[in-house]
Amino acid sequence: MEMPGQSIDGGFADPVFDAQSVFRAVMDAMARPGTVQPIGRSASPPAPLTPTAAAVALTLCDHDTPLWLDAALLASDAAKTWLGFHTGAPLAHNPAEAHFALVCDPAEMIALENFAQGTQEYPDRSATLILAVESLTAGPGLRLEGPGIETEATISPTPLPRHFVEQWKQNHGRFPRGVDVILAAPEHVACLPRTTRIKTMEA
Amino acid sequence: MNALVENIAQYNFAYLDEQTKRMIRRAILKGIAIPGYQVPFASREMPMPYGWGTGGVQVTASIIGPDDVLKVIDQGADDTTNAVSIRAFFRKVADVAVTTETAKATIIQTRHRIPEYPLAAGQVLVYQVPIPEPLRFLEPRETETRKMHALEEYGLMHVKLYEDIAKHGRIATTYAYPVKVEGRYVMDPSPTPKFDNPKMHMSPALQLFGAGREKRIYAIPPFTEVVSLDFEDHPFEVQSFDQPCALCGAEQVYLDEVILDDHGGHMFVCSDTDHCEKRRENGHTGATAAGSKEAVE
Repeated sequence: MEMPGQSIDGGFADPVFDAQSVFRAVMDAMARPGTVQPIGRSASPPAPLTPTAAAVALTLCDHDTPLWLDAALLASDAAKTWLGFHTGAPLAHNPAEAHFALVCDPAEMIALENFAQGTQEYPDRSATLILAVESLTAGPGLRLEGPGIETEATISPTPLPRHFVEQWKQNHGRFPRGVDVILAAPEHVACLPRTTRIKTMEA
Repeated sequence: MNALVENIAQYNFAYLDEQTKRMIRRAILKGIAIPGYQVPFASREMPMPYGWGTGGVQVTASIIGPDDVLKVIDQGADDTTNAVSIRAFFRKVADVAVTTETAKATIIQTRHRIPEYPLAAGQVLVYQVPIPEPLRFLEPRETETRKMHALEEYGLMHVKLYEDIAKHGRIATTYAYPVKVEGRYVMDPSPTPKFDNPKMHMSPALQLFGAGREKRIYAIPPFTEVVSLDFEDHPFEVQSFDQPCALCGAEQVYLDEVILDDHGGHMFVCSDTDHCEKRRENGHTGATAAGSKEAVE
């Protein structure tokens, strides 16, 4: 049996200002894909939830946003109760019904097309995927183009879902429908909105 | 406790409650991810009437933090009622630093102008929008305009611009001039003069639009293509002025006409008051500021 305190401790120390600070980092990252934004404040969630992914979830999720968890998170009662206590977000059992998805094991992630893509009339009714990655600089380089990028940007997140470049090409092809990705690395975030094109995978 | 403890009403930082901020923040992220698409949001009642910038105020309240420096302009001016009251509002509810200098601001809330001084990366421009739907005056039904956006069916807008040409010999739309964002969504740039449209294109700053009464948020990320609609034989043109600013002598800026007396006396001055003041501080003068009363009369 878990300690009762485990699901209660570890939220934002200063909820109003921490959420604002994390949101601005995510907003800047979404507005300028490929840039790596530092996150000053974070949470201390139970594993396998990472501090950055948890901070993003605390900033954006609440009782209005069904949350989908990957298998690694779903297996952890501690992570589930912690998220439940701090966000109040209901769990979505079907990825197509989730507003947000929290993924702590991106390499084993289900395909992007399983998540809500929005409709042609309401492309905003789509899922935002929060991927806990280990690094934004150590992986294979992705060259990015699109709105928010003056000429070209490069980012090297790892680990990524299988066939990510091919999956992302399809995701971009569905525009204006499609999912958006928030990459939550230790102390940093980067974003891939659906408008971003991944040009090549560098060696 | 804090110094405000004697006040009965204790508001959250930046007035809005946290759940509302989260809802607006989610809409802002969606808006950035789908440039030019109007994201519906649950607009709240604000302590000011619709038409006074409730949409812009909600967007600003959701993004602002204690380290921000806020500038608010109304038709380019820092010292008009709307600008002064919104600036005072945020100083009261968020205790943030305010400025009138474009370069020093991190967030600029605007009603119908883009500052003359070029915006920089990291700045956020928040527009107050009355009617976010560019097709609304052509098609009153939301169900229909939504379908038109979904199908990228913008023929009606081109017909409207063509009718301008048929009636007036030129495109007579001078403000709220429709733009196409990143080759996909036709968007209303809010009632800014079309003079400012080229500044939206590939701007290094993030542009957020809030329409409180109509409950829509939309966005243009930095470095995004924003093209004003036109025809090959009637290309888009901005307004030009015959004379420079009467106070600072600036050319290639947007000017307001100011009536001076009951005998037809008038002068043209910069609509951007900060830009005009800066130029005068640097020794630039126009016909009126030079002291020659004749220039006015």
